[in-house]
Parts: sequence; C-alpha cells; structure tokens
Amino acid sequence: MHGFANPTRFLSIARPLTPALMVTGLIMVAIALFLGLFNAPADRLMGETVRILYIHVPAAWLGMAGWTSIAIASLVELVWRHPLAGIAARASALPGAFFCALCLATGSIWARPTWGTWWVWDGRLTSMLVLLFLYLGYMALADASQKDAAAGRNGTGRVAAIFGLIGAINVPIINRSVVWWNSLHQPASITMGKSAIDPAFLWPLGMAVIGFSLIFGAIVLMRMRTLLADIRIEARMRRLAAA
Amino acid sequence: MTQWTYVIMTYALGIGGTIGLIGYCWIALKRAEARLDALKRK
Repeated sequence: MHGFANPTRFLSIARPLTPALMVTGLIMVAIALFLGLFNAPADRLMGETVRILYIHVPAAWLGMAGWTSIAIASLVELVWRHPLAGIAARASALPGAFFCALCLATGSIWARPTWGTWWVWDGRLTSMLVLLFLYLGYMALADASQKDAAAGRNGTGRVAAIFGLIGAINVPIINRSVVWWNSLHQPASITMGKSAIDPAFLWPLGMAVIGFSLIFGAIVLMRMRTLLADIRIEARMRRLAAA
Repeated sequence: MTQWTYVIMTYALGIGGTIGLIGYCWIALKRAEARLDALKRK
C-alpha cells in the first residue's frame, strides 16, 4: 500500500487506468440506460416513472460512496500521513457532491408524480440534503487548506481530514433512516444476498450502478492527477521564485 | 405532464450533468498538465 503512495508510481498506473475506466463505464451506462428506457417493462405501481431509478439509485449509491471514500482516505491521511490520501479525499469531493445533488434532483422529479409533491422533510431526504451541505463545507475547507499549504502555512489540511471523518456519521444515518423514522421513502429493496426487485429491472439497474461507479472512479483519478499537477506547479513556482 | 416527461427530465439531467462533469474535469486536467509542462521547459 505504501508503494502506491508514491506519486510517480501512482501516475504511471492512473494514466492508462483513467481512459480504461471511463470507456468501460460509458459503454455500460449507455447499454443500461438504453435497456432501462426501451427494454425494461413499466412497473405495476410506479408505471413509467420506474425508469427514473436507473439514474437515481446509482446517484444515491455514489453520493454515499463518495463520502465513504473521503472518510477512509482522511483516516489514512491522519494515521499514516500518506501524501496521496489527502489528495484522494479531495478528489472524491466534487464527483461525490455532484452525484449527491443528482440523487436529490432525480428523487424530487420521481416524487412529484408518485407522492404528489416535489419534497417532504422526511428522514431519508433530509439526511441526504445534509450530506450535500457536508460536501460543500468539505470542499470549501479543503480548498482553504490547499491555499494555506501553497502559502507555506500548515494545519488546515488536518482540519479537513477530521471534518471528513466526522461527517461519515451521516452515511449510516442515511442508510438506516427509512428504518428509524416513519418515511414516505421505500425501505431498501436490495440487502446482503437478497433482492426484492424482479430480474427485468435488476439487470439494467445493476449495470447502471457498476457503469456509473467506473465513471466515478475515472473522475476521481482525473481530479487526483489535476491536484498533483497543481501541487507540482506550486512547488516549481516557489523554486523559481527562490532562485 | 405525463410520466414520460418526468423520465425525460431525469435522463436529460443525469446524462447532461455527467457529461458536463467529465468535460470540466478533463479540461481542468489538461490545463494543469499543460501548465506543468510549460514550467518544466523554463
């Protein structure tokens, strides 16, 4: 694991891996969304709006997976001081926030014809909205820490990592919200080793989740490479200024 | 609005947003790498 923390070795792996993940993810998502739109049947209760779930469910999964990545990378940064861990955490924030916002927007669009309202202050929806605010706060803090580091000051990087760890408490709250509180939102249809979803819906859904996850991975790698390049630019500028 | 209108809204948002995010990250990466290469040549 320590070997991968070397930025040069990381870049030699990330450069070919980025397009591989992106192309595979895009192909899988294109097939899944085509099947979801034109091949999967309409649901007995939800009707055609069930097709919204082929985007909503992957977005919800990646919104939560994004923060889980931030928390794990923050822990590694705090405990082992891996230089790439902090970069990985910061790189996960933008795609995580995007998918969290997409989950909220598509959920709202689904709710209008199904529940008769765009929004309700229910446990699942509210905890997901809190996650979006946590992402925005984390991105502001991580940005400030990068500026501090560039100016030669230290300390706020650890604050962002601690914030990333503490914010992870919201992920199990989102997951269990439909069990703990009376909710309009349906409970989990897929649990460990069990699924209440008919295979006609499950296959395109599974393919969409995997495809969007691969795209998420490619975006995180692109963000990490961008942040690494920015750090190297700062270091060179400082060396040039000192010379 | 019919149910299909909501479905089309969702797909437009999901596909458009994802392509926009990929494009933004790709351009940011290429710009950062180009700046770094320019500095290396100095």
